[in-house]
Amino acid sequence: MSPLVGVVQFPGTNCELDVQWAIESLGGHAELCWHGDSALGAVDAVVLPGGFAHGDYLRTGALARFSPVMAAVTEFAAGGGPVVGICNGFQVLTEARLLPGALQKNAGLKFLCETVELRVETTTTVLTGECTAGQRLRVPINHFEGNYVCDPDTLAQLRAEERVVVRYVDNPNGSLDDIAGVCNAGRNVVGLMPHPERASDALLGSTDGVVMLRSLLAAAGARVAP
Amino acid sequence: MTAYAAHVEVSHRPGIADPAGATVERALPALGYTNVDRVHIGKVIRLVVDAADAAAARAQVEEMCEHLLANPVIESYEVTISELEPAS
Repeated sequence: MSPLVGVVQFPGTNCELDVQWAIESLGGHAELCWHGDSALGAVDAVVLPGGFAHGDYLRTGALARFSPVMAAVTEFAAGGGPVVGICNGFQVLTEARLLPGALQKNAGLKFLCETVELRVETTTTVLTGECTAGQRLRVPINHFEGNYVCDPDTLAQLRAEERVVVRYVDNPNGSLDDIAGVCNAGRNVVGLMPHPERASDALLGSTDGVVMLRSLLAAAGARVAP
Repeated sequence: MTAYAAHVEVSHRPGIADPAGATVERALPALGYTNVDRVHIGKVIRLVVDAADAAAARAQVEEMCEHLLANPVIESYEVTISELEPAS
């Protein structure tokens, strides 16, 4: 049985169908989970896709954190379930304190929409299990608030525990230590600004995101297997 | 219970870059203001709370700041409380 990925939809989310399409094109099942529902159903992984949850009012991700579904996502993550936040989803995960740090306005104050090169820094996360260490991936970014910041102690901890999942080869937004994505201590919650689902078909210009989504499906599948 | 007006000023924590402030700082000299320094851009949130006294109002608004109005990872906040004049 192929794994079931829950794709969370907040008011203002706009990448949920792209993620669903990419997951299904790789042989997984994906179903949308409305933010107002307090249960996730029998999912094997959760993706918080990109967009502008709750209009990005107050701060990106600040209000999404209080959506009923987030209690279920937090519980799923606490039980070791794979959770991936892409772009706005990453911002939601930091606001929900499921990942450390915060994302603020790009250093150049420009909305960035371009394909960037990433370097995979660790392969022991739910999003990079099928990658090779040091692998270069070309994946699109599309954000105004992607400038990762955290305090020096947190940065030291992220480095020591190898929790920086992907770095920008050529830092586009001023992120601290070129960080494009991080994971939690359990390595089952990953957030990243680039959009793997937008690099999942040759027609989109790159298929480099496929290996990440395959990794997620493998992590989800490991939970399906008895 | 008394109505208190709360004025919450949210700004970047020291050491956290403020790209918007930096950009405005670079723009001001173009208008001839060459003596400007340390431009910071934050936000102001105003709200009214009913509370037993000013201290209780402050405590509650500070709790709101910790939980929602500010992100303590990157932002600091300053709360000013004043008694709202009753409508006459």
